[in-house]
Amino acid sequence: MSMKISTRQVDGVTILDLGGRITLGEGSVQLRDSVRDLLAKGQKKILLNLGDVNYIDSSGIGELVSAYTTVRNQGGELKLLNLTRKVHDLLQITKLYTVFDVKDDEASAIASYSAA
Amino acid sequence: MTGQPERRVTYTLDSSLDSVNKVEQTAEQMARKAGVDEDDIFRISMAVREAAVNAVLHGNAYDPDKRMTASFENTGVDLVIRITDEGKGLDPSTLPDPLAPENLLRGSGRGIFLIRSFMDEVHFRQMHPGTELTLIKHLGTAPTGA
Repeated sequence: MSMKISTRQVDGVTILDLGGRITLGEGSVQLRDSVRDLLAKGQKKILLNLGDVNYIDSSGIGELVSAYTTVRNQGGELKLLNLTRKVHDLLQITKLYTVFDVKDDEASAIASYSAA
Repeated sequence: MTGQPERRVTYTLDSSLDSVNKVEQTAEQMARKAGVDEDDIFRISMAVREAAVNAVLHGNAYDPDKRMTASFENTGVDLVIRITDEGKGLDPSTLPDPLAPENLLRGSGRGIFLIRSFMDEVHFRQMHPGTELTLIKHLGTAPTGA
């Protein structure tokens, strides 16, 4: 049930490819630590690819929100890519869908980050 | 969906994430056996998981001396899941609205809201000590929430 996470860089944007479940405990902690590590390295353009995330609980949603605000408060940008229907629906009912910048295409997602 | 009632099954579990996972899986199995559609299986298992997290994390604070009780029942008309903790008690009327603009960017506080969104009925009972959360899904009703 653990979350898989891998990192890659494309045109100055750091993409975190997440897979599995983002839930209280392992998944949410991994996400938090990964984003903090990136910020510590000065990598502030972050794209979370959720295409393989099949489950997220309220703690996982909370971590997405915390990651978003943390990155934003440090002058960065965090966006979401490839939401599954379940994750999309959860963000809709929690009214977070309009908070996040959600993309369904990686190339356009990368192009949308501010030049810096 | 089946109208065949099944005897209530009750588990007494420690206050751990393993217990939360077990409760979630049991709810999913129960819903699947009842013939509920896939979307509602997801909603029910997620609502039950949120209730179990509340019990373990907020109610019992992972205290190894405190227990969570989870019962599962198919009455033939409803799926009824009861989650009980041994904590200080929860007054749902004091919970902040996670959809309020000032709360939207909070890192927590959406669990009860999701439970209410996904289940047909949600009832709180103070056990002194602790709280019992009853989650009810009516069999044969249209999907609710997301």
